[in-house]
Amino acid sequence: MSEAVLEQQSGGGAAPQDDHHHTATGLNNWKVGFWTFIGSECLFFGTLLSTYMVYKGASLEGPYPRDIFDIPLTTLSTFVLLMSSLAMVLALDGVQKAKRKVAAFWLGVVVVFGGIFLGFQYYEFNHFVHEGLTLSHSVFGSTFYVLTGFHGAHVTVGVIWMATLLVQSLRGKLTPDKALQVEIAGLYWHFVDIVWIVIFVLIYLIP
Amino acid sequence: MSETTLAPDAMPQNAPGHGAHAGEHGGHSEPTGLWSWITTVDHKRIGVMYFLTSLVFLAIGGIEALIIRVQLFAPEQSVISAETYNQMFTMHGTTMIFLVAMPMAVAFFNYIVPLQIGARDVAFPRLNALSYWVYLFGGIYLNVSWLVGAAPNNSWVGYAPLTSTQYNPGLNADFWVLGLSILGVSSIMGGVNFITTIIQLRAPGMKLMRMPIFTWMTFITSFLLVTALPVIAVALILLAFDRFYATNFFVAASGGDPVLWQHLFWIFGHPEVYILVLPAFGVISDVIPTFSRKPIFGYPVVVYAGVLIGFIGWGVWSHHMFTSGLGPIADSFFVATTMIIAIPTGVKIFNWMATMWGGQIKFNTAMNFAIGLVALFTVGGLSGVMHASAPVDLQQHDSYFVVAHFHYVIVGGILLGMFSGVYYWFPKVTGRFLGEKLGAWHFWTTLVGFNLTFFPMHFSGMYGQPRRTWTYSSQLNVELFNQLSTYGGFILGVSTLIFVWNLWISARRGEKTGSNPWGAASLEWSIPSPPHHYNFPKLPTVQSREPLWHAAERKSIEAVTLQEPNVEPEMPNPSFWPILLASGITATWALVMTGVWWVPLIGLGFTAFCVYMWAFEDPFAKKGDSAGPGAPTKREAAHV
Repeated sequence: MSEAVLEQQSGGGAAPQDDHHHTATGLNNWKVGFWTFIGSECLFFGTLLSTYMVYKGASLEGPYPRDIFDIPLTTLSTFVLLMSSLAMVLALDGVQKAKRKVAAFWLGVVVVFGGIFLGFQYYEFNHFVHEGLTLSHSVFGSTFYVLTGFHGAHVTVGVIWMATLLVQSLRGKLTPDKALQVEIAGLYWHFVDIVWIVIFVLIYLIP
Repeated sequence: MSETTLAPDAMPQNAPGHGAHAGEHGGHSEPTGLWSWITTVDHKRIGVMYFLTSLVFLAIGGIEALIIRVQLFAPEQSVISAETYNQMFTMHGTTMIFLVAMPMAVAFFNYIVPLQIGARDVAFPRLNALSYWVYLFGGIYLNVSWLVGAAPNNSWVGYAPLTSTQYNPGLNADFWVLGLSILGVSSIMGGVNFITTIIQLRAPGMKLMRMPIFTWMTFITSFLLVTALPVIAVALILLAFDRFYATNFFVAASGGDPVLWQHLFWIFGHPEVYILVLPAFGVISDVIPTFSRKPIFGYPVVVYAGVLIGFIGWGVWSHHMFTSGLGPIADSFFVATTMIIAIPTGVKIFNWMATMWGGQIKFNTAMNFAIGLVALFTVGGLSGVMHASAPVDLQQHDSYFVVAHFHYVIVGGILLGMFSGVYYWFPKVTGRFLGEKLGAWHFWTTLVGFNLTFFPMHFSGMYGQPRRTWTYSSQLNVELFNQLSTYGGFILGVSTLIFVWNLWISARRGEKTGSNPWGAASLEWSIPSPPHHYNFPKLPTVQSREPLWHAAERKSIEAVTLQEPNVEPEMPNPSFWPILLASGITATWALVMTGVWWVPLIGLGFTAFCVYMWAFEDPFAKKGDSAGPGAPTKREAAHV
């Protein structure tokens, strides 16, 4: 058996090398472990979202959500984040098909779009603080900043991760047998994206 | 499957019954010494470290309990101040739950589960080491609070607003909220690791419904860990923001709701009860069949009852909150679910009894502790059903009756289960029996001391003695009960000393044992005691639930598991990144204490550095070989 085949069977890649056992399901350990972790993250964001919903309307003084949310602007940043997920899919496809330049291009798009989303969030936070909504100002401020802040922190981790993969790709190290690394990074990226869709609907769209 | 058709090599075979020590064989050397333990990624060594660490914390938590008992020996004493008393019971509870009961169970997960499913290690060995170091550092961090005279004083449930900066301005609650956050990280990583391990690394033929019950309970517990811990993590994060960054989550004056803390805490807290108890159930579900010489009665029912407990455990949390005024509808719902969850638990009790029924029971220490669990846990379970009823609970809430109840569950259930497991698996771990004579002393002093400590608390609670209260009036007429409890507490202390002495002496001079001293059925007993560092030279094939109890199957398994391999399976290299990463994580949290928002980023930077070094480390690289990924011979060897 060639090394590449062996590596693919056992997961391969820099990170998944812990996996050298036979697996009972034929699935890769890192994939199963990462899905489990995502399950855990669901509870994490679920609890943050529940806290926001429980405290909806509990603030004693303004600004209230309807006073400061700029729906068109946030729709735009949401669109950018969603498009980054599309780029992620295309990047993975590029890696799997050994199209180095395609993969690097789309990974670059993910990084840039993720960065743009974070820029929007920075602008939004800055704007809200100027409107008088600080972290400690009201229950709305506390719940809003902690929830969206933790989401933003996840996006930041994702952007750093994608940037690392981009560097790997440019150095020619993201060969098809490393596709699993990109796939797992993609799982994370899509998950963070989905969490934002829930946040966007529950917090921004529903009055 | 290539694994199933492998013929045993023509190699000298280790006869069962002769202690096969890893170090005795030529061509193999497992490093020893402090550095090898610090950098180990071997699940067995990590399991041993988990156990020894939890034993140290058991001693600390036990001493705190005895100080509490001395203070309560007589009415209106002031052996310690009220403030110190608050710290004492808070640290006793926090230590016993998070630093003793959980990690002691994880010690067994670590050592036993890979052996039971026929795996060479857990799915993520370095992550496993990281879990341990984070646990150790978190535990140390929590206890450092004693040295600066500001141990947590908000009780182990930390109800708002007792944890608010307004009512609790010191460092006490800071240590608590940050310490528990650190420990939560460890538990979530452990849960992910064991779910993956059990799904992925089962030996050929080891179907889910052939797994030993202990592995099953580990599986269910792991799901509870990865789902319940994030909830408390968020609660602690919110509380930390309240304390350090002046948010309003639990501050009623700004529109926050202190009761939300109770909900979040108990949404985690009740699954946590099952996180604690299911491993103990798992242990005795392996011990009782072994010493009754019968397969467990109703295997699928035991499994499904465990799964059901795991599910319903999510729907009972508000029975801790009947006195917070939820209203009759919510109360009725939680009364009903709480009574329902007693059913699968009761089913298990009957399964254990039916397993013993008609069996050839061997009463040794492991079995005694297992039977002790069945009896004492039932007492705790029954008093639990009593205050499942909201009107009854209104009388018993926050009284010593509740203290009696949960100690019957946690000490009578969990700790006895853990002791049973230690006596059962000690021969596998050390190659020597854990002394039966001292074991008998240990068991009987535990049984007497335990009941003497906690049974009278039912009465002092009914007479109206409130828990978490520094002292009591002589007019309450509970002095006798408190004195009995104190005497019992000291007997328990002596019993623990006997246990530790037994461990110490037996590890050195205990009677030597072979691969399967108890004639047990599961895979961990098919390999030498103590096991090789790679556990299984080749993976055995399993055909039934009790593989070692069927002569033909046992022969075919032992032909594989007891042989000496030509080429040893490659195991991952030791790594020092887990301990460094753990110190980074701990430092990040600890630096939050400064209250300056950017200071934790220093710790975060170090953490990120360690993550990168970790990610680019090749666990299978040859020593002195910096080629990184791509050492085909290694991997081929591992795939045999």
